[in-house]
Amino acid sequence: MLWEALTLQLGYNATLVAIGATLLGLSAGVTGTFLFLRKRALVSDAISHATLPGVCIAFMVMVALGGEGRNLIGLLIGSALSAWVGLLCMNWLTRRTRLAEDAAIGAILSVFFGFGVVLLTVIQTMGVGRQAGLEGFLLGSTAGMLWADAMVIAFGGAATLALVMLIRRPMMLVAFDPEYAAARGLPVARIDLAMMGLVMAVTVVGLKIVGLILIVALLIIPPVTARFWTERSDRVVLIGGLAGGLAGYLGAALSASAPNLPTGPIIVLVSFAFFAVSLLLAPVRGVLAAVLRHARFQRRVHMRQGLLALAQGQTIYEPLTLRLLRRAGLVRADGVPTDKGKARAAKALRDEKRWELVRADQAHEATAALYDGLRDIETVLTRDQIEEIDRRIGGPQGVTA
Amino acid sequence: MSGEEFVSLSLTPLLIGIFAAVACALPGNFLVLRKQALIGDAISHVVLPGIVVAFLLTGMIATWPMMLGAAGAAILAVILIESVRRLGRIEPGAAMGVVFTTMFAGGVLLLEQTDTSTVHLDVEHALYGNLESLIWLDATGWASLLDPQALAGLPAELPRMALTMCVVILFTWALWRPLKISTFDEGYARTIGIRTNLLGLMLVMMAAIAAVAAFDAVGSIIVIAMFICPPAAARMMTNRLERQVAWSVAFAVASAVSGYVLAGYGPLWLGAQDAVSAAGMIATMSGIILALAALFGPCRTRTGAPGQA
Repeated sequence: MLWEALTLQLGYNATLVAIGATLLGLSAGVTGTFLFLRKRALVSDAISHATLPGVCIAFMVMVALGGEGRNLIGLLIGSALSAWVGLLCMNWLTRRTRLAEDAAIGAILSVFFGFGVVLLTVIQTMGVGRQAGLEGFLLGSTAGMLWADAMVIAFGGAATLALVMLIRRPMMLVAFDPEYAAARGLPVARIDLAMMGLVMAVTVVGLKIVGLILIVALLIIPPVTARFWTERSDRVVLIGGLAGGLAGYLGAALSASAPNLPTGPIIVLVSFAFFAVSLLLAPVRGVLAAVLRHARFQRRVHMRQGLLALAQGQTIYEPLTLRLLRRAGLVRADGVPTDKGKARAAKALRDEKRWELVRADQAHEATAALYDGLRDIETVLTRDQIEEIDRRIGGPQGVTA
Repeated sequence: MSGEEFVSLSLTPLLIGIFAAVACALPGNFLVLRKQALIGDAISHVVLPGIVVAFLLTGMIATWPMMLGAAGAAILAVILIESVRRLGRIEPGAAMGVVFTTMFAGGVLLLEQTDTSTVHLDVEHALYGNLESLIWLDATGWASLLDPQALAGLPAELPRMALTMCVVILFTWALWRPLKISTFDEGYARTIGIRTNLLGLMLVMMAAIAAVAAFDAVGSIIVIAMFICPPAAARMMTNRLERQVAWSVAFAVASAVSGYVLAGYGPLWLGAQDAVSAAGMIATMSGIILALAALFGPCRTRTGAPGQA
């Protein structure tokens, strides 16, 4: 069943939903990356909640004009208009008043959504028989998706993607360093607004599939996931888009494969699964990598401290240090150093003395800055330099009685 | 409208609305000043999975399991946000976005998977609440306020919400000085021995308690709106924290009363037949108050700060 869903053989509606969700995930992942790098991820929450009054007003206007009221394009235009108003209000609150952006986001989100709910109850009492579809915009409803709806979503997603590609360079510049962008003469405020406009477009396009409460997830989770895998911004955009598209496709297929699996939440959960895997397993920034890095560091510290203790004839009590030394064949089971251990210990002590001279010497200032207690001195000085230092230390000397 | 009708139909929802608004607005003041306003947003989203899990575990719609489930979900969300932020080195906003959307999606999925058709548990209810339905059937007039038999029939939400409000007021009053100092100057607070991390956690917990209790009665929208709008509007009115808190309480009460009245009677004045959502209207009114404060408030701009921050 799942395989059939993945290969788009579960019928017309499932195929439409899968294609639409993939495109939506792709464009949301790409657009969201800029938002995330600009550190304004939650702005999308305000934008998405601000679509609700527009949907309701568009519905009422269309009914008042004698139409059917459920025309998707009309509803989407309405939602875009009210999201734009919400966005402008939010910008105004942040720029012209003392409110911080988070308070402005929360205020716009709750007030617009509250007003939308008021309008929803008005519509419920209007006595129009076919209004039931509007609640579907809260959480998305893919059950009755039409060919025309799918076309709107596909076209909207593709257009957003094209626009992002067109203005990706200035957006990236603003995301990383707005002051520098302003100094270069870029209109930062306008680029920010364009970025938000694109986010709004994605939100509007996604209303039908994932709904206005969960579209935020598609804008935030894939970029965060992508950030784990690379340090290059263009690759974050690419991976974010791929993760979003894949989550959309897999989520739509999963939800088609069994009853009672709503599309929107499933897409979000698949997306989160990608995030969780990345958080744990990503090569450099992942948790597992960090744990391994820490363990390696710990072993090196214990090894070095153990060797220094051996060289100075001190007894070692630390169990981890003892275990490490024993495993490397440097001490015997009773803690007495082997010949190899004695040699390594002497070398460690000598290196420590070398470092001491290097750090005391102004001429080696740049090298001394590299000292962290673990670095082998051979990796930072040439053989000649080490010989020069050894001459200053001098060889072993007899004790004059 | 006669007193008889008012007491039985409107008094309790009105009081519950006011209590909920005040209980949320008080911690909201500190959250807004600490730039943590969206914690309220996150908490009110994760309440849904909390109550669904509580329902699955107990198999019934009872108040206490649901409150516990919601509170548990709120705590879990705070822990998850913090660990995602630290483990993944992600900025707080994005970490919050990852966690609360996922938990909300999980809640919706669980809700769809279980058979809740026999009970009244759905997403819309979680969002809008049902303030209008909290009527006091046993009341016959103002005299019922002194009648123990009628008082026993009060909706359980009323005493619960009143209790929550008292707890929140007590918390704010008892920890006023440390809260104030650590909100404005965390470094100084730490040097004089205030445990700022613990205090911050307690503030979030208090917000969660207010959110969970209010959510049960009035839905998530009011919770978010009351956390942010009255304190934000109050911030435009004054530079002193004491006055800001007073203003925010006044604004919260004003939006609750005007919102409830407009939702109940506004449509009738306009010639329509039915009332509109009170929760939505209260949120809308708080937004209008905020807009007025932002346009005309005496302290609306950042004094001494550059125009663009």
